Amino acid sequence: AAVESSDSEEEDLVSYGSPLQPLQEGERIKKPVPLQEQTVKDAKGRYQRFHGAFTGGFSAGYFNTVGTKEGWTPSAFVSSRQKRADRTVLGPEDFMDEEDLSEFGIAPKDITTTDDFASNAKDRIKEKARQIAGVVAPIPGTTAFDDLIGPSKITIGVELLRKMGWKEGQGIGPRVKRKPCRQKPDPTVKIYGCALPPGLSEGSEDEEDDYQPENVTFAPKDVMPVDLTPKENVHGLGYKGLDPSQALFGVSAREHLNLFTGGSEETSNLLGDVRHSKGRKLGITGQAFGVGALEEEDDDIYATDTLSKYDTVLKDEEPGDGLYGWTAPKQYKSKKRPEREFKYIGKVLAGFSLASKSSSPIKVYPPPSLPRNYRPVHYFRPVLRAGNANSHLQKALEESTGKLESDATHQSRHALNAAQRREQLGETELKGPAPSILEYLSEKDRERLKEVKQASEQQMKAKIVSQQSPSSRFQSPSPEDATNKWRMQLGEQLVNAGSSDFKPFAKNPEKQKRYENFVKSLKQGEKDRLERFLDPNMTEWERGREQEEFFRAAIFYRSSNSTLSSRFTRAKYEDDVDKVEVPRDQENDIDDKETAVKMKMFGKLTRDNFEWHPDKLLCKRFNVRDPYPDSSVVGLPKVKRDKYSVFNFLTVAEPTTSVTQATNEKIQESSSLNKPKKSSRWDVSDKEKEKKDAISEFISLARSKADVQQQPPVPATEECTTGTTETLPTVVTDEDKNQEEESRRPPMDLFKAIFVSSSDEKSSSSEEESDEEQQPTTSERESETTKQVDIPDSSSSNLQESVTATTDSGTSSLPTSKQELDATEEFGPKLPPAFSSGRFCKHLDRKEKHRKIRERHKTKKERKRKKEKKKKHKKQKNKGKHKNKKSEKDSSSDTTDSSDSLSDMDTTGLSPKELLRR
Amino acid sequence: MAFPRPRPARPELPRQRVQTLQCGQGAVRAARFNADGNYCLTCGSDKTLKLWNPHKGTALRTYQGHGYEVLDAAGSFDNSQICSGGADKAVALWDVTTGQVVRKYRGHAGKVNCVQFNQEATVIVSGSIDSTVRCWDCRSRRPDPIQVLDEAKDGISSVKLSAHEILTGSVDGRVRRYDLRTGQLCSDYIGSPITSVCFSKDGQCVLAASLDSTLRLLDKDTGELLGEYTGHRSTTYRLDCVLNEQDTHVGCASEDGHVYFWDLVEGSLALSLPVGQGVVQSLAFHPRLPCLLVATQGQVTLWREDTFQPEGDPS
Repeated sequence: AAVESSDSEEEDLVSYGSPLQPLQEGERIKKPVPLQEQTVKDAKGRYQRFHGAFTGGFSAGYFNTVGTKEGWTPSAFVSSRQKRADRTVLGPEDFMDEEDLSEFGIAPKDITTTDDFASNAKDRIKEKARQIAGVVAPIPGTTAFDDLIGPSKITIGVELLRKMGWKEGQGIGPRVKRKPCRQKPDPTVKIYGCALPPGLSEGSEDEEDDYQPENVTFAPKDVMPVDLTPKENVHGLGYKGLDPSQALFGVSAREHLNLFTGGSEETSNLLGDVRHSKGRKLGITGQAFGVGALEEEDDDIYATDTLSKYDTVLKDEEPGDGLYGWTAPKQYKSKKRPEREFKYIGKVLAGFSLASKSSSPIKVYPPPSLPRNYRPVHYFRPVLRAGNANSHLQKALEESTGKLESDATHQSRHALNAAQRREQLGETELKGPAPSILEYLSEKDRERLKEVKQASEQQMKAKIVSQQSPSSRFQSPSPEDATNKWRMQLGEQLVNAGSSDFKPFAKNPEKQKRYENFVKSLKQGEKDRLERFLDPNMTEWERGREQEEFFRAAIFYRSSNSTLSSRFTRAKYEDDVDKVEVPRDQENDIDDKETAVKMKMFGKLTRDNFEWHPDKLLCKRFNVRDPYPDSSVVGLPKVKRDKYSVFNFLTVAEPTTSVTQATNEKIQESSSLNKPKKSSRWDVSDKEKEKKDAISEFISLARSKADVQQQPPVPATEECTTGTTETLPTVVTDEDKNQEEESRRPPMDLFKAIFVSSSDEKSSSSEEESDEEQQPTTSERESETTKQVDIPDSSSSNLQESVTATTDSGTSSLPTSKQELDATEEFGPKLPPAFSSGRFCKHLDRKEKHRKIRERHKTKKERKRKKEKKKKHKKQKNKGKHKNKKSEKDSSSDTTDSSDSLSDMDTTGLSPKELLRR
Repeated sequence: MAFPRPRPARPELPRQRVQTLQCGQGAVRAARFNADGNYCLTCGSDKTLKLWNPHKGTALRTYQGHGYEVLDAAGSFDNSQICSGGADKAVALWDVTTGQVVRKYRGHAGKVNCVQFNQEATVIVSGSIDSTVRCWDCRSRRPDPIQVLDEAKDGISSVKLSAHEILTGSVDGRVRRYDLRTGQLCSDYIGSPITSVCFSKDGQCVLAASLDSTLRLLDKDTGELLGEYTGHRSTTYRLDCVLNEQDTHVGCASEDGHVYFWDLVEGSLALSLPVGQGVVQSLAFHPRLPCLLVATQGQVTLWREDTFQPEGDPS
């Protein structure tokens, strides 16, 4: 039985395809040829490979030539005399390759099932349903197998329908007397799968008055099944991926869109049928693929898939035949919009009612054209203030406006503020982080505000008190009543005010507590018990005042609460404006060091060690390991100090400088030789002093007295030492003294020179005056001492001075050039002159020329600069000075200055500031 | 057995003028040897920078591109690049062979007094009268400095670099040494405005010249005074100081037209070299030979030891 069963089983088996060759004994299984080594050959054994674009990618003809091995032989040619070539009509096949005529070519000669007989997927409904199912199915494309397995014939139902006259694309049902394209199922009644009852659809729309012949009937429109499957994938709307069924059946990608533009059945049928009538090659097409070599259709690979192809609104099918596309003018059939959509659902304020009609759209009126002589100034009408206005008038006004104070309900409506209305409407509060604007103010400002407020209150009160006495005669309601009313009103308004965050009296906790209780009782409406919370120890007047204050605070809070708080946000990080970053370590006291240097005790006393953080990149560039790999600090570590600390501003006038200044003055008086020269930036003591920290400042202050005795001999000793070493004692001492003075200059001039532009000019000019005054004296001195001027090793600067002094009377161009030189080299050690000033007598003309050239060059180059302007001024001044000097040599600086100004007046480029100063 | 080391030759000082370069570029603000001492750079007040072979006295190249006086220059270790700083507030990086400005670093607020390459020529350190020292990156294209050393209270007159240190001399009378390796800043107070600083060859000492006509040799680590050298005159101008190639002598330019050399240990004046009439502004000592480059006014002179034969090949 077993054998029989096996036999029967074998008989039952159906075998497909050709069996593999049985393996020989010991033969190894051939390895499959890998994909990259597989080759495709055509019928002639040629490798079918890509041959270039002109042949469509294939080798054509005979090795890409026409004809045969022998060449091109025209088929119409007959070379015999007897046989004449008859005219043949060439068909398309004559121009085709033989591949095209083969089974898979474009014109197969074999017998194939044509579209007429094939059960092509013309059943659109089914196909669409299948497409949808294919997308939704767990394995996309499984429905493709339905087509494989499915019958190749038309189902009997379809056949029956056809016999009954049904055509594809039509709906099922009796024919109707309408334009089929206008058919539109009522959206409220959804019927799936079959056609609508004609009566229903007929009644739905009848507004079209196109020509409709009576005897013409139309088939009902096909109905699309509505896809109700939820979207579970993460693709974009309408994206379907590659549909294998489509790939297999070669449905063009345009039919994807047919799914969405469902109304365009006819057109797609038209197009689609034309396309499908060709035996289209099977192949995979889709958005994700380009056009393959085997593809014949490459029309819309570059088509951009615009959003306009898709529905953006969930609505019914597109009316019309779909030929217009989306941009066609739509038919607004249902213009009447349901007003229910805009119906307001919510509470309604008292005094308001919902509008029965929707308001028409707001018409925009253009602003009136202003009259020509219109002046945009508004004159305010006299406003009656509660305190000081005539009460009669006020009352009359109130009555005239119909606003009765006693009418609480009336008043409440008009006196509501935004917060209260919000409360009544039940809307949520705007989220503002801080409840009060006062919170944002600093403590000091708050205090000040309060003071101002109180002061104004006091004033107001005084006014009221002063006015009450006369007005009380006329006023029937006493002021007490008025305040009570006001209070009541306030109490109602204060209902919303959550005063827990608002602490106007935070400084005084007891008062704050009282205030809070006060507000609470106000909220609860216990007006009579307000006084209860006030301090019983206070006098009546004080209590009244406090009550007033509380009221005002409450009002203030209320008004600023919701409106402002939502517009501010609290700062994330506190920026302390009163702090400045200063280096943590300061190079400490200079005086110690000075003394140490004097005593030549270099080392610990003169050395400051700081932690210094080099930049990471700098370490990298220097091939050095970062000493502080974890720190983000660069440079000296900084600390925050109080910006307005008294120590930062405590610049104690350094006693040493003052003393030396005094001594200098003495020296000046005695010798009238040295006047303070240019202020120099390297007066170390001042610079250092500014940045000294507080302690050292105090130390220096403390030490000042001790230094007074110590300092003065210092320049003298220097003078002596240098004087002995040098061969030109007077000149050198000049130098030294100048040096000394430079380092002892008070900082005021320096700051002026730096910051005030006009004063800079002024000061420099005065300095030059001093220079000028100095020069003749030196020259006199030199002439007196009869030193030979052309000593080669005298300092060049002094020589310059002497040169200017000697040539002073002759020319005036030289000093200007000298001063210009000085102006350019103002800071730091100067650069030596370009040429020797040793034998200046010989070189004088040359030097002058050189300088002139240089000067000219400069003026040409920097004419626009301000500096240059200054120089010009200086020149002008100098000229003026020289003129003046002739007449009055030893006049006071003021007179020269005024004459300077006179001479300056006619010059150009005077700054207005300077003019003001004079 | 170990032979006793031969007694080091007595250090020679340059006493003999060998070459005179008439630079023709206005006042020569600085003369600098290149890394190996075979060439030199002169910075002129006519905005040019010139490359010379001072031993032969030939001018090799002129670099133009500064907007104002060139105040200092330095060559890179591989002689491929030059950096220079000028009164136009710019620091320029030059290509030696093409003579073009490779980069220009702007950021200083004042004249750039001094520039230096680091050892690998990856960073230019420049000091300016705006009291900052700026470290410019030669590798990247960033326009701003890597780091600004703004600790000085007054203009920077001199900057020198060692492998891991930046030494600055400032007019505020301090010599500051930024040690990158230890992350420390040592500030030594001298008092008088510093005109020039330099490291000794062994890297243990710091020589500082100041406007009180004094040179001071300080111990680098402790800041103690090792020597003080006076006799020259330096009261007004920014003059250079040098150490000779064996660290046996210190030298300094003077405003009286001389170059003075002192014995480093004894502090005694060893040599007073009359150079010219004007102020000797810039000095440069050859890295290996007793050879001195002196810039005064418009010319640069090269000085060698007495035993040197001018016609012989300058090794």
